[in-house]
Amino acid sequence: MATIAARPRLRVGIVKMASCDGCQLTLLDLEDELLALAGRFEIVEFPEASSLRSAGPYDVLLVEGSISTPDQAAEILELRRQAKLLVTIGACASYGGIQALRNWSDHDAFRAAVYAHPEFIESLATATPVSEHVKVDAELHGCPISPEQLREVLVSVAVGRRPQIREEAVCLECKRGGTVCVMVAQDMPCLGPVTQSGCGALCPTFGRGCYGCFGPREQANAASLARTFAQGGREDAEVSRLFAGFTGWAPPYRAVVGDYGGPPGMTPGGTSTTGKTEGAGHAR
Amino acid sequence: MHGDDGGTLVAGAPGAPGVDREFKVGYLTRVEGEGSLSLNVRDGAVVEARLRIFEAPRYFERLVVGRTGDEVLDIVARICGICPIAYQMTAVHAFEDLYGIEIDPSVRALRRLLYCGEWIQSHALHVYLLHAPDYLGYPSALAMAADHRAVVEQGLALKKVGNGLIAALGGRPIHPISVRVGGFSKAPRRADLDGIRAALDVAVEQSLATVRLVASWDPPALEHPQPLVAMRHADEYPYNHGRIVSTDGLDLAPGAWRDAFEEHHLEGTNALHARTHDGRVYLLGPTARIALASDRLHPLAAEALEATGLRDAIRTNIHRSIVARAVELLHACAEARDLIDGYQPPSAPRVAFTPRPGVAAWSTEAPRGLLHHRYEVDERGHVTHAQIVPPTSQNQGAIEADLAAFAPAVLDLPHAEATRRLEMLIRAYDPCISCATHFLDLRIVDLRGDGGTG
Repeated sequence: MATIAARPRLRVGIVKMASCDGCQLTLLDLEDELLALAGRFEIVEFPEASSLRSAGPYDVLLVEGSISTPDQAAEILELRRQAKLLVTIGACASYGGIQALRNWSDHDAFRAAVYAHPEFIESLATATPVSEHVKVDAELHGCPISPEQLREVLVSVAVGRRPQIREEAVCLECKRGGTVCVMVAQDMPCLGPVTQSGCGALCPTFGRGCYGCFGPREQANAASLARTFAQGGREDAEVSRLFAGFTGWAPPYRAVVGDYGGPPGMTPGGTSTTGKTEGAGHAR
Repeated sequence: MHGDDGGTLVAGAPGAPGVDREFKVGYLTRVEGEGSLSLNVRDGAVVEARLRIFEAPRYFERLVVGRTGDEVLDIVARICGICPIAYQMTAVHAFEDLYGIEIDPSVRALRRLLYCGEWIQSHALHVYLLHAPDYLGYPSALAMAADHRAVVEQGLALKKVGNGLIAALGGRPIHPISVRVGGFSKAPRRADLDGIRAALDVAVEQSLATVRLVASWDPPALEHPQPLVAMRHADEYPYNHGRIVSTDGLDLAPGAWRDAFEEHHLEGTNALHARTHDGRVYLLGPTARIALASDRLHPLAAEALEATGLRDAIRTNIHRSIVARAVELLHACAEARDLIDGYQPPSAPRVAFTPRPGVAAWSTEAPRGLLHHRYEVDERGHVTHAQIVPPTSQNQGAIEADLAAFAPAVLDLPHAEATRRLEMLIRAYDPCISCATHFLDLRIVDLRGDGGTG
C-alpha cells in the first residue's frame, strides 16, 4: 500500500484537434470513477474541463481529433515531443474521422461550398489521422470511444502494464449477446464482419446494420464483404456509401470506397481518387 | 495552442495603435471547442470586442451532400459530442415534414424523452463541471471537488441519469444510433425504462436542490436585456415542436427561419453570422426560453423558478443563465418521469415512407438554443445542398454586445481578475464552438461605429 501511495502521480494531458469533443467527453462520462481517477492522476492539461494549463511534459497524452489545419500539423509534432505516451482517442484521431471524406474531393471546391471567401479558411487539403504525422503508442477506436476501453487504458498505464483490448469482429459480440444477424435474417448490409468490436454490437442490437464506427478489425477483408454486397445486387455507389463513414479513411475501407467510385457527393480532384492507397502508416 | 500559457491570461500590453489596454484569453477553457477572446479599451471605453474561433472547419454542410436522410442523422450528430441529439432531432423532423410522414404518438413521446436526456446531461455538465467553478472560485470541477465534493457528486449523478436515459433509447450517450426517419430502429419496452424511472425520482430532488443552490450564488452585476428568440408550443415546453417567436413579436413556422434571419459572410472576414434581416443581434438558449415559454414549464420547475424570485434578473443578466439552466434541468427530469409513466410502446417503431424532392427545413431547441437545419433534397432522397445554423453562431453577436456592456464594470479590477470575469461572461452562454462548424470568426467589431447591439 505504502509503495503505491508513494508513487508519483502520472501527468496526464487531454487535447483536441479537429473533432466534436465527444471522445474527451467520454472521460467526464465516467461519472462513478471520475473523482477517483482525478485523484490517481495529475490532470495537467484538459482545457475542456479545466482552466489550469500545461504545455508539458506529459506522462500520458490523450489526443482527440484529426490533423486538419497547418497549425495542428505543427502542434502535434511539439505535443509528441512533450509526451512519453501518446494515445489517440476515437475515430478522428485514429482514422481521420468523417471529415477525412473530403480527402477524395477537390479542397478548393469543398471550401467554396461552405464559405463565401474560402481563401481565408486555413485548412489542409486533407484531414488525416495522428499516426500519419507522429508515432502513436496506442489507439482507441470508436465514434465515440468505448468508456470501458478508456478506463482500461488509464488503469493499465497507472499500474504499468499493457492495456488488454479485445481484437475481434462485431459479429462475435452479436453471437455472444444472442442478437440475430441482421444481414442473414433481414438482408440488411452490415459492416460487422470487418469491424472491430468495442461498442457491444449496438447497431445490430437496435435493428440496424453496423456502420463501422470502430473501424476495421485486424486483417479485415473489406474487399470480400464489398463484393458480397455487390453480388447481392447493390450498385457500386451503394457499396461505397456503406464504407464511406466515420472510419472511411482507414486503409481497408478506403480501398473499397475508392474501388467503388468514391464517397457519395464528392467532387473529383482529391488526393485519393483511387482505392489502392498505402495504409502502412497506421501504427498500432 | 494547447498548454500555451499565453492562452489564459496575458498582461495588458497595448496591441493596436490608440489602445490603452488589451484583455486577451488566448484559449477559452471550460467551453466546448476552441476559441479565444480579445477586447481593447481606449479612454475607458471598449473599442474592439473580438471573439475568435479557431476550431478547425470540418465542412459538415458539404459532407452531407449526396446522402440520404438516415445517413444525415448519423453524420450531423458528429457536429457535437455534447448535443448530438439536437442535430438528429432537427434533421429527422425536417425530413419527415418534407416526406409527409405522420409519426406514431408514442414515437413522438420517445423523441421528447430522448431530448430530455440530452438536456439533463448537457445542462448538468455545464452547470456543475464548467460553470460552477467560476462561482465557487476554482479552475475546474475536479479541483472544486476537494472542498465541495457533495456538489460535484450531485452534478455527476444528474449527468449520469441524462446519459442513462439516452443510452436506454439510443444505445449510447454520445452519438446514439436508434433515431431513423419515420421513427426509431427499435423502441424500448416498458421494462427497459424501469431502472431510469427510479433514478429520475432522485434526479428530480437533486435538480430542485440545484435550482436553490445556483440561485444562492451572487453573479457579477449586469443590466443588459437583449432581444430573445425561442420556440414556443401551444402546451409543451419547447423541444421538437412549436413556432419560432421573439420578444419583438416574431411568429414563424419551425421551417421558416430564413423568413426572419440570415447568415452573413461579412467582407474581409471568415464569418457566417446570423442576424435578423434588419441586422439585429439576438439571444437564444435557456434565458430566451424561460422568458418566452416559462408558462409551459413543468409545474415543479415553474414553482422552483418562482421561488428563486429571479425571473426578471434572468432576463437582464446573462450570468443568471445558470439559474435558467437549472430550472430547465428540473423541467427535463420531471417531464422525463411523466413521459415514462405514460409510455406505451408504439405498434411499430418506424413507419415506411417514400422520399420526395423539395426543401426539408425545421428548427428545434438544442440545450444551447434554437438550432435550424435546411436541406434541399432530390427525387432519390439525396441531399443536394445543406444549411445548418447552430445556436452558438447565432449567439455570437449577443455575446459581443454583452462583452461591450459588461467590460466597463471590470476595467478597474486587477488585469488578471478583469480578464477572468470576461471569460466567465462568455462561459455563461455555454458556447458550443465545435457546433458552429462554419463559425470561423476573425471579425473585429468597432462598437463606436454601428453600435453592434440590438
